[in-house]
Amino acid sequence: MQVRLTTLFFSFLKIGAFTFGGGYAMIPIFEREFVHRYRYLSQEEFNDVLAMVQSLPGVIAINFSVFIGLRLRKMKGALVSMIGVALPSFVIILVIANFFFRYVDHPVVEAVFKGVRISVVALIFTAGYKIFKTNRHLKAVFLAALTFALVFSVNVHPFFVIIGMGAFGYLLHLRNGVNSHGTV
Amino acid sequence: MIGMVSFGGGYAMLPLFERMVVVEHGWLSPSLFVDMIAIAQITPGPIAINSATFIGFQSAGVLGAAVATVSVVLIPVMLVAVVSHYAERFKESKAVKAILSGLRPALVGLIFSSVVSIAQSSYVDYKSPILFLIVMFLLWKVKLHPILVIVISGVLGFIVYY
Repeated sequence: MQVRLTTLFFSFLKIGAFTFGGGYAMIPIFEREFVHRYRYLSQEEFNDVLAMVQSLPGVIAINFSVFIGLRLRKMKGALVSMIGVALPSFVIILVIANFFFRYVDHPVVEAVFKGVRISVVALIFTAGYKIFKTNRHLKAVFLAALTFALVFSVNVHPFFVIIGMGAFGYLLHLRNGVNSHGTV
Repeated sequence: MIGMVSFGGGYAMLPLFERMVVVEHGWLSPSLFVDMIAIAQITPGPIAINSATFIGFQSAGVLGAAVATVSVVLIPVMLVAVVSHYAERFKESKAVKAILSGLRPALVGLIFSSVVSIAQSSYVDYKSPILFLIVMFLLWKVKLHPILVIVISGVLGFIVYY
């Protein structure tokens, strides 16, 4: 079954334009569109793609669109899907940023954002706590605390901490093996 | 560079964004950085794309926005193209699982370190912790949608600080 490039483009454009809350919020929408509505992918294929996308670095929604695009229409499909999903964000942010920088010093905008910043702290705290909840083994808690200390107190660049922790996970695996959940 | 090592979606990228944008290059002030996250959250689309566009625009206009957006996805996208070729082998790979097992706890530490530094730049006066408790209550107990919580906190900010 050959999927038309325009169909692919507009499916992703729609998802990019109407999904609030970032990449994770898009996953159920991708599933509804591509598995249930158009039946381009089986549920099993979808789950495989999801698992792979989550173990790769990068923007989840973009990686997802490239994966699906590649599968359905090779390189052209990947390109069309990727542009479709990213274009709405790009345009909307350009417009907003333009206004924002013009009015950022206005007292009303300042007051509103004093409140908004508080909920950003709460939202990011919640996101961190959700990942923390998935693995509360002593070793994981220790690694999390170590990372926090390295980045925050010792001021090591996060880039090196990430590389180091990945290498550390790999070394642990060489010694002990990894259990079926992929946790330390 | 951020795209390359950012496992786990938009929020996991924030500590890297913050380091580069606020600390190293000074493209945004700490409080503008927090405003940017709020804007990225309430507009549709992936948070990392929204952030990259915003940062690029601020430091170098529309062209900067385009360059930043493309570069945040470039390396991951090439990786995806390679991996999808070897999909079966990648899926079963123990090495990938092992590396991720070290990364996940590190992500938690990274995200909490952003929370602390963002909290510092968001703190205005004694009213800030009270607002924080209200927001946490709305988010965790009333289970409001994050976008609604941001809007409500904006209204609260207007009432309290204007």
